[in-house]
Amino acid sequence: MTTFEAILLTIVTASTPLLIASLGELVAERSGVLNLGVEGMMAMGAACSFAAAVTFNSTAIGVGAGVLAGAVMAALFALVVLGFAANQVGSGLAVTIFGLGLSGLIGAPFVGARRDPVAPLHLPGLTDLPVIGRLFFGQDLFVYGSLVLTLAVALYLNRTRAGLILRSIGENHASAHGLGLPVLKTRFLAILFGGACAGLAGAYLSLVYTRFWSPGMTAGRGWIALALVVFAAWRPKWVLIGAYVFGAATVLQLHAQAAQFGVPSQLLSAVPYLATILALLLLSLRHGRAIGTPGSLGVPFVPDR
Amino acid sequence: MRIELSPRASVSPIWRAIAPVLAFVTAFLIAGFVIWLMGRSPIAAFQVYVSQPLSDPWALQEILVKATPLALIAIGLSYCFRANLWNIGAEGQYVIGAVVGSWIALKTHGTDAGAWVLPAMLAAGILGGALYGLIPAFLKTRFGVNEILTSLMLVYIAQLVLDYLVRGPWRDPKGFNFPQSVTFDPAATLPPIFDAGRVHYGAVFAAVAVLVTAVVLGRTLFGYRLRLTGDAPRAARFAGFSAKTTTLAVFAISGGLAGLAGISEVAGQIGQLQPSISPGYGFTAITVAYLGRLNPIGILVAALVVSLTFIGGESAQIMLKLPLDLTQAFQGILLLCVLAADALVSNRVRIVSRGGVR
Repeated sequence: MTTFEAILLTIVTASTPLLIASLGELVAERSGVLNLGVEGMMAMGAACSFAAAVTFNSTAIGVGAGVLAGAVMAALFALVVLGFAANQVGSGLAVTIFGLGLSGLIGAPFVGARRDPVAPLHLPGLTDLPVIGRLFFGQDLFVYGSLVLTLAVALYLNRTRAGLILRSIGENHASAHGLGLPVLKTRFLAILFGGACAGLAGAYLSLVYTRFWSPGMTAGRGWIALALVVFAAWRPKWVLIGAYVFGAATVLQLHAQAAQFGVPSQLLSAVPYLATILALLLLSLRHGRAIGTPGSLGVPFVPDR
Repeated sequence: MRIELSPRASVSPIWRAIAPVLAFVTAFLIAGFVIWLMGRSPIAAFQVYVSQPLSDPWALQEILVKATPLALIAIGLSYCFRANLWNIGAEGQYVIGAVVGSWIALKTHGTDAGAWVLPAMLAAGILGGALYGLIPAFLKTRFGVNEILTSLMLVYIAQLVLDYLVRGPWRDPKGFNFPQSVTFDPAATLPPIFDAGRVHYGAVFAAVAVLVTAVVLGRTLFGYRLRLTGDAPRAARFAGFSAKTTTLAVFAISGGLAGLAGISEVAGQIGQLQPSISPGYGFTAITVAYLGRLNPIGILVAALVVSLTFIGGESAQIMLKLPLDLTQAFQGILLLCVLAADALVSNRVRIVSRGGVR
């Protein structure tokens, strides 16, 4: 396997958690809820999945625990922003702080443990093809799952009645409520989906990407996932493209660090964060303000009766 | 079962005062539950977290020490939050303030430069933090870029800048390769207020910031303008208040105060630059600002209360082997409870069972 192939493979691995988390956030934001808790939900997903996988010696149980942890955090967030109509920015931030702390508590006994690699797909013949074989037919199941998820979210939002209802609630919750659409219920489910995705992305980080747990290992990926949604103008297809561009940037800076160009490693480590700011800036330069923003995004909903 | 909210016609002042207390008690109960889940005694934890620090003179002093940066940053953030602007990058502004201020300390190191060094460091810290805070503000006002994400990304970048400096050009050549700068000269050190104490003049800056802010918010046109921009942006526009100027001003103020907190901490407490100069003050200050209901006096009280959780967390780590992360988890749940309690202030809450009252 050439270095070039290896780089392409790691780009896929680095992009997948960003893609999964962004898709979840996209659905939540399309329903009108700004969930800044992604980073915390992701950290909880990473810690709980790793703890469960080590305890039960099962990757499947680990993934299940990660998804569940993300969803439980999301339910907490939903209780506060939907049940109490609290400020979404502050509450999301609180969930992130809480999740980062709690994940440290849960993961503490598992620092130093390692998991075996998750077996990738192997199709005799196809996987052994030169160059493209491993890239297209030799990934782990999460990668294929994330691509199916992208398609599913796109179809759900644009081709189904339920997706139309979700979008209309996100666009104008007062009108949607007037039409008798279930604003809070739809938002609750959308937040849960977002949390489950963040949890899954976290599980991927600790079980596949690093295969160990360390506190703060999400390293801002949850925030980058949030930025990707803005960058993608709330469209699943562009989330896919954006996630892979960012994944590539992350991997290339790691390779650049290893190659020692004489550039400070900290400068290269800052590339993903600088790229996020730059991407948001370029987007705004092109469109004036972020296009595609759901009309009711971030506005608490209290039905008048 | 679901929760039903209906807006209150008028907000009673009693609720307004009780809400943060209620939130604090709820957060404590949740934290106690988590500790119980971990197989520890919540009562023993409560003693270590709250009772002991409050009965120990050394710990009481430490509470003031840690409350100082919290209050300074939170006061600054209250300007942003009042105008409904989301500066969540105070941690980065704190770090850059510390870095820029320390630059003067390191340039004058061993030169016998005199009494101007310390004031210059403090001014540079404020300036550095303010300029760093102005980046997301400028990106927002000029290009419409969301300030939440940019201000947060700048935190990571600031930490990497600090890391680069203390491992690279600013590393103490005689420091056995430790990633840290030289120890500041006495002329570049913020002295303690009392000779034997650890409380340094940063506490005075915090007190001044509280008083000035109380006057500015309550008695000046600028304070009125902030409240109007936050509560009724359209009305503020009709009144001729430029949202852009307000944005730039509040980010500069909060960045400057975070920078002052940063340089005060480095020059007063730590005495040198090192990779880690904050246990997350910039993020915790968000909790402090809300727990204090964005009111200067409230923030002062909240800073002392939240500072207690830092001290308690440290002794709980030593005495009960409870990880420090518990403190962070508690601060997160506290912010969540404070925001939820705000809903109780402005709304009537009823729990309705399914098929119940329509």
